[in-house]
Amino acid sequence: MKFNFSIRKKRLSRSAGGDTAVFIILLMGIAFMSMPLVLTISNAFKPLSELFLFPPRFIVRNPTLNNFKDLLVLMAQSWVPMSRYLLNSLLIVIGGTAGNVFFASLAAYILSVRKFPGANLFLSMVVLSLMFSAEVTAIPNYVTIAALGWVDTYAAIIVPAWGSSLGLYLMKNFVDSMIHRSVIEAAEIDGASEFRIYWQIVMPNVKPAWLTMIILLFQSLWKNTGGHFLYSEQLKTLPYALSQIVQGGVARQGVAAAVTLVMMIVPIVVFVINQSKVVDTMGTSGMAN
Amino acid sequence: MSSMIAKTKSAPGVQGVLRQKWQTLWRDIKQNKVCYLFLAPYAALFITFTVLPVLMAIGLSFTYFNMLQPPQWVGVHNYLRLFLEDDIFLIAVKNTFIYAAITGPVSYFMCFILAWMINEFKPKVRAILTLLFYAPSISGNVYLVWQVIFSGDTYGYVNAFLLYWGIIKSPIQWLIDPTWIMPIVIIVVLWMSLGTSFLVFIAGLQGIDESLYEAGAIDGVRNRWQELWYLTLPAMRGYLMFGAIMAITSSFTIASEITHLVGFPSTDYAAHTIVQHLQDYGTIRFEMGYASAIAVILFFIMVISQRVVQKLLNRVGE
Repeated sequence: MKFNFSIRKKRLSRSAGGDTAVFIILLMGIAFMSMPLVLTISNAFKPLSELFLFPPRFIVRNPTLNNFKDLLVLMAQSWVPMSRYLLNSLLIVIGGTAGNVFFASLAAYILSVRKFPGANLFLSMVVLSLMFSAEVTAIPNYVTIAALGWVDTYAAIIVPAWGSSLGLYLMKNFVDSMIHRSVIEAAEIDGASEFRIYWQIVMPNVKPAWLTMIILLFQSLWKNTGGHFLYSEQLKTLPYALSQIVQGGVARQGVAAAVTLVMMIVPIVVFVINQSKVVDTMGTSGMAN
Repeated sequence: MSSMIAKTKSAPGVQGVLRQKWQTLWRDIKQNKVCYLFLAPYAALFITFTVLPVLMAIGLSFTYFNMLQPPQWVGVHNYLRLFLEDDIFLIAVKNTFIYAAITGPVSYFMCFILAWMINEFKPKVRAILTLLFYAPSISGNVYLVWQVIFSGDTYGYVNAFLLYWGIIKSPIQWLIDPTWIMPIVIIVVLWMSLGTSFLVFIAGLQGIDESLYEAGAIDGVRNRWQELWYLTLPAMRGYLMFGAIMAITSSFTIASEITHLVGFPSTDYAAHTIVQHLQDYGTIRFEMGYASAIAVILFFIMVISQRVVQKLLNRVGE
């Protein structure tokens, strides 16, 4: 008897035994990966008494929205309105992501498609830079930002994000694998300018690449608390504000659980929207031949 | 005519060859003006915010710098001190290698194999499965729930479970007992490791042309393993190298997970890593020169492992 998963793409060279094994491995994986997530969600709805129950319970028994209500009350009491923190976070996330995707893909395109003196050297510098600890570059970086006069401005967070090495290296790999030389040559024969080839031919066809980049950047910037660079209260970000609320100790455990859930929901929503776009492109384009 | 010959004959010293090389290079550069224009904005950002700080840090590694007084040149003293006097650094090196040797390859294969399995599903199911596996790394510091799970008192889930079933008589101090710290950190790190490379592998697998597999089936590819080895892996080579670099950089730099889970320092430095050592000197003791020297050594360790992995990956699909 052959397993027939209707949820799967048709593919040749697949055995029923292998399919079953894959299915079992995936189920086990999901159980291991999602367990702490279930716990986080469940904790956010637990009343304080249940959070400290013995023996501890995994799933909430008497779900309550009190944690979220408490969170709202605490947020309303904040000196700088919460909407301002949210706005700051959004500015940093959107500004940083858009700039990095644009500048890195521009550079990645040219490094991948053209050969010119210094290209390989530059690329290997980018790869090497991925292996240098950010902890020790933090001080020199602060010196640079201070020299530019950007301390306590959004630019201190946004502009350095544009030059992230990860984005360039990722993009270069995608352009290498997804864009065929013949496509570029055909465009050249048609007399398309370099920028046009990049913007109208290459970028639409590496959509999975920049969608993946957006997820990764969004996530890292969303967690950004402003660090040493933002010290004016009105410039600080949402993760910073929420982490301050949680600092209240045992009494704030319920609110802390709610905060963890709130901070997690946003990247997940972005991820879901983003992934559905990836799926769309690959369904319709059928490029890369 | 004859004078020209005489000129070229007299010229070809080392200088002449060099000048000619420079001239061809300059011509090449001028011909590729547009390329540099495309590269320029990113290059300026990269040099200002990455290359410059890295070079400054390398320079600092030869100094004594406490962040208050100007740096003092001490030559290779920091490096000598690391290897000859700092016993805890050597523990950190040993631990880092253990972590890297386990979490690096395991997370790398997990990322690829799961991405490969998930890729066979239809788009909607695939998106859900991707989310479920990717969720731990998307969700910030959700990994702190492991602290509750492995909590040393009877409220911890693991202790409560083992006590309830009578497997242990008194709660185990999972996050304090040196024998347990490292295995637990490894579990948590692996749990969070389906991150960047996992997503990149999934996107990469989607970019492989279906006709490649159809042609392969005609050419006599009979099962999924042959298909994986002869068709999928060679088509994924670029992404595989990317994933390897991600695995190296993340497995050699495990630190904040440990600090958050078991505190700093861990009992008897049982979980101490190179990056934790670096953070200790950089952010607690304010010995920035020493911390920079640690970063330089870690950098070379990672570069060497990357070279080794590159050699191995070049053999894929042969």
